[in-house]
Amino acid sequence: MAEITPGKAYGFFTDTSVCIGCKACEVACKEWNQLEGNQPTFLDGYDNTGSLDGQNWRYVQLIDNVPDETMGVGQGKAWLMMSDVCKHCQHASCMDVCPTGAIIRTEFDTVYIQPDVCNGCRNCISACPYNVIGVDENRNVAQKCTLCYDRLQGGMEPACAKACPTQSIQFGELSELRARADKRLGDLHAQGVGEARLYGHDQEVYGGLNAFFLLMDEPRAYRLPDAADAVLPRRNNPGSWLTGAATAVLGLLAGLIALRRRGQPPRETPAGADAGEEAGEA
Amino acid sequence: MTLMAQAQHFAGPPHWTWYIVPYFFLAGLSGGCYALATLLRLRGERWDEPAARLGYYAAFATFVPCPVLLTLDLTQPLRFWHMLWNTTPGAQGFNFRYWSPMSVGSWALVAFGLFVTVTFVEVLVRDQVVRRPLALRAVRPLDGTLGKLWILVGALLATFIAGYTGVLLAVSNQPVWSDTWTLGGLFLASALSGSAALLLLLTRYRAEARPSAGAFDIAERLFTLLELVLLVLFALTLASAGTFDEAFGFPWVLLWLLALGGLVPGLRGLFTARLAVTPEGAVVAQSARAVVAMPALVLVGVLALRAAVILSAQF
Repeated sequence: MAEITPGKAYGFFTDTSVCIGCKACEVACKEWNQLEGNQPTFLDGYDNTGSLDGQNWRYVQLIDNVPDETMGVGQGKAWLMMSDVCKHCQHASCMDVCPTGAIIRTEFDTVYIQPDVCNGCRNCISACPYNVIGVDENRNVAQKCTLCYDRLQGGMEPACAKACPTQSIQFGELSELRARADKRLGDLHAQGVGEARLYGHDQEVYGGLNAFFLLMDEPRAYRLPDAADAVLPRRNNPGSWLTGAATAVLGLLAGLIALRRRGQPPRETPAGADAGEEAGEA
Repeated sequence: MTLMAQAQHFAGPPHWTWYIVPYFFLAGLSGGCYALATLLRLRGERWDEPAARLGYYAAFATFVPCPVLLTLDLTQPLRFWHMLWNTTPGAQGFNFRYWSPMSVGSWALVAFGLFVTVTFVEVLVRDQVVRRPLALRAVRPLDGTLGKLWILVGALLATFIAGYTGVLLAVSNQPVWSDTWTLGGLFLASALSGSAALLLLLTRYRAEARPSAGAFDIAERLFTLLELVLLVLFALTLASAGTFDEAFGFPWVLLWLLALGGLVPGLRGLFTARLAVTPEGAVVAQSARAVVAMPALVLVGVLALRAAVILSAQF
């Protein structure tokens, strides 16, 4: 492991083609970050984690992809497995909406929620397109993967990458990881694995993801939005404010119409006037 | 119902629920009442002043719970002031992020709080509820142009408070909320119609404000029409994004029925009565039941609309 230097961009390259779903990353993450985890529940397939949240900063997705009909040998796609994590987006939706300034970009180019600044408004949760952030019920603030900020400051690689037995999770300097990913993709395509593809390695998705992936199916199969749907919350600012302003103007006009004419205080007419009288008088 | 390719949504819900629904409701009414009261005071007749004061009272009463509800909704309520002040080591200073509606809304709420409170004190003094010399001296500067300017700025903030909550929802990646550009306008129109209905209801209990009841009645009808147009646009934008069923499916359809029920009095009025209170005519005196029931129906609709929008995207 090369020296970790502040000022350089670091991240994860997660190669799902070699993930075996062992969940060592989940365990190592919880151990290092002292996360108690949620009560295990029986979910679909072998999943008992459910989703990323305030207690699960790594989550191994076990996606049942077993085909209905018998397939040939060596398809390797019966189960899609992916160790999911915060993507540390270059254009991060969570940072886009955070009103307190609690979410910052660190000296390692990662996205970090400062637990002593966050006040738990949960605006970041509504904005994150990857359902990464949750409220840590012990500290009562929004939390997610820190890319082991404290370990990086100590010159150590993140716990999940350290624990991964198949090198599905690789940590390193971003430029080096991208080169590694390109080579791996080329090897897979050369072996005839045409469905392999990279997600987030370039600027198409949120300006590039510091935690990017090699996938074995379309992004949506892993609950990842494709480039067309990877959009920042602020995209809705202009249209929404304009509609509000136009409504305010029309509302003002309506108010003025309601106030027009009245030279003297209107008097009340007796109740029970029929509809015709009402239409004529009111 | 889907008109175009369905937008992909994988975002998780922020769990904005039982504090946020009433906050959106009360903030809308507070902003709407202040704006209508200002319109009455600046553009109405001399005899509209009691109704304007009634509007300022209602604006203050509905405003007071708002900061409390917002603070209680935070998972760290004692850090509510972090909305305004950045405590990041090395980056301390005011927080104002114009691109984040929640940040802008926090400042607007503080500013509007000042305006609604000062105006409340002013009407208390003018109504001689408060007679202390200090209070009389304090509101004297608001007698002339400065007073008009004060309520005008307050009304701008009020309008913002009534509508920004819709924009706040839209500036997210949540299904339904982020699929439409109509929410800011829809919430504002709904807040205005709800406020007109509330003030119409309150005029029943304040005799000197009754001459303005007709204006509230007509305003409510027009705001309802505006709300209906925006509601249709809201449904169309969701249909084009493929999230119509999520917003209008069961059980939310029950809330939508209540919301639509709230439009009935205003729309009925549009078809059955003239859009003016003429000197020759008047406001038709209605039965006590109708006077209370119709505005109440509108207010229930305003609340149901917000509940349907807020809850349907999250559950």
